[in-house]
Amino acid sequence: MAQTSNVFKLAVASGKGGTGKTLLSTNLASFVSEFDDVLLVDLDVEEPNDSIFVKGLVSDVYPQFKMVPQWDVTRCDLCGDCVDICNFNALVKVGKMIVVYENLCHSCHACSELCHKNALPMKKHHVGDVSVIKSQNLTLLEGRLNVNEEQPVALINNEHSLVNQNWSKYNYQIFDSPPGTSCSMVASTGKCDYILLVTEPTPFGLNDLKLAVDAAKLMKRPFGVVINKYGSGNKDVEEYCRDNGIEVLGKIPFDISIAERYSKGELLLDKHCFRSVVSSLYNKLENIRISQNG
Amino acid sequence: MDSIREIVVLSGKGGTGKTSVASSLAYLAGKEAILADCDVDASNLHLIMGPDIIKKELFYGGEVAQIDIETCIQCGKCKEVCRFDAISFSAGVHTIDNLSCEGCGYCSRVCPTGAITMMPRLSGEFYISGIRNGSQMSHAKLFAGGENSGKLVATVKKNAYRMAKERGCDYLITDGAPGIGCPVVSSLSGAKVALLVTEPTMSALHDLKRVLFVVRRFNAIPLLVINKSDINEAVSEEIKKFAKSEKIEHLANIPFNTSFVESMGKARIVAEENQFLKGIFESIWEKAKEVADSSVQN
Repeated sequence: MAQTSNVFKLAVASGKGGTGKTLLSTNLASFVSEFDDVLLVDLDVEEPNDSIFVKGLVSDVYPQFKMVPQWDVTRCDLCGDCVDICNFNALVKVGKMIVVYENLCHSCHACSELCHKNALPMKKHHVGDVSVIKSQNLTLLEGRLNVNEEQPVALINNEHSLVNQNWSKYNYQIFDSPPGTSCSMVASTGKCDYILLVTEPTPFGLNDLKLAVDAAKLMKRPFGVVINKYGSGNKDVEEYCRDNGIEVLGKIPFDISIAERYSKGELLLDKHCFRSVVSSLYNKLENIRISQNG
Repeated sequence: MDSIREIVVLSGKGGTGKTSVASSLAYLAGKEAILADCDVDASNLHLIMGPDIIKKELFYGGEVAQIDIETCIQCGKCKEVCRFDAISFSAGVHTIDNLSCEGCGYCSRVCPTGAITMMPRLSGEFYISGIRNGSQMSHAKLFAGGENSGKLVATVKKNAYRMAKERGCDYLITDGAPGIGCPVVSSLSGAKVALLVTEPTMSALHDLKRVLFVVRRFNAIPLLVINKSDINEAVSEEIKKFAKSEKIEHLANIPFNTSFVESMGKARIVAEENQFLKGIFESIWEKAKEVADSSVQN
């Protein structure tokens, strides 16, 4: 784990959507890749966008599955125990049939293993893919949930496991996380060494930052804030951070040309004012990483 | 026509302006519509609608396992069956990590001494409020790390439909969540129209295509609004072309305007602050109503 090696797992999260998680994750990863190997993991599996900015060839695709029960009509005696056992309403008895709602299944295996007739063997159910995209020193793992799936958490957990199995040598790992503060955000950030919360200086940004701070505290993860679109809106986010002793690690200026370049799917490290924010953020994160390892 | 017509505002990508659009439509609709905030994870509508809470209830989303240390014999059967790594064993005792527990109840079923009880999990609150435009709003707060946001969305919607019926409102305006997951799916159930608010970025177009798939699955009629349309005219055109090929009606372009952020700062609604934007929202609202009405007649 991170504590026993030099691996630094950095989560980039936010309460509110559209505050700049992807902007920051992709540019920070690209910055690090100028002098070191870096792994960028897109955990916003519902709407993955990192591959729009990190252009490279897909070198591998790992299909991702969750386990779900499959009803075996030849073995079932229709006792209905499985329907009572399932806490997620994923099994329903309809006439002389047991119907499995795979979307609702949490893969707990209880129905399958407690069925006295072994009539619900578990099978693999494809939920999405993880693609590996290489761009020189930067390796991007992109998780992509199938559009007919509703539950991102299984895929997010799989992606974390895949990183630990195959990419644990990468010292710098950046996890671009989904918006919100619910189960998918917790699954994405809960085991990281540090959480960067990206926000914007508006009442919506502040409200959702507070929720994200609550989540980070609940998970007992250290965290800091980056304010995007700085200069628009008001000073409330800064005051909130100051009053609560939360470190602001960077401020990305509000600049319509940043928005325009982002809209085209471009990285922004050739823009001087933007690069200096990323570079100084990187230095601050290095200090955090060194102090954590020390 | 007596059925309530629901218009849900979605986007795929976050931060495209769903809440600004939903609040402006609600402002124009007045008592004609109930407003529902189904972005329960990071809800923002309450910041500008001035809700006056009439009723507040606790939300229990699923269950969480609890071990009674008196009856536990430390056999470890629970840990063996848990697929979520929620049970750990250290210093001679088994303990449950509430955040990892998904509430399946498998452990409680295999425990030989009945030491594990499944407890209702308090994971949020939901409210019914009077709002500034004279109507009412159904909204909620999911606590950090909460599970079952889909179920909370369903609760918010159920209340909103009941309120609309009681108050004789024809419409329900629903502010949805980003993404394509359970809260989005839950917010689409029963909706006649999905008003898709996008922006001219490659990311937003990519995300729009994915959420459109979900919208189609629920047979809601998609309508399109391009917000901040002048940030990149070329991408705006590409989105329009995409909409045309998908036979999605493009209702309006909203040019970038600092009024969005400024009105938010005053806890006001964009449409009540800016006359120019109000005009655009009026045309969006009239058209959305027309499409929702025709979906009921057919």
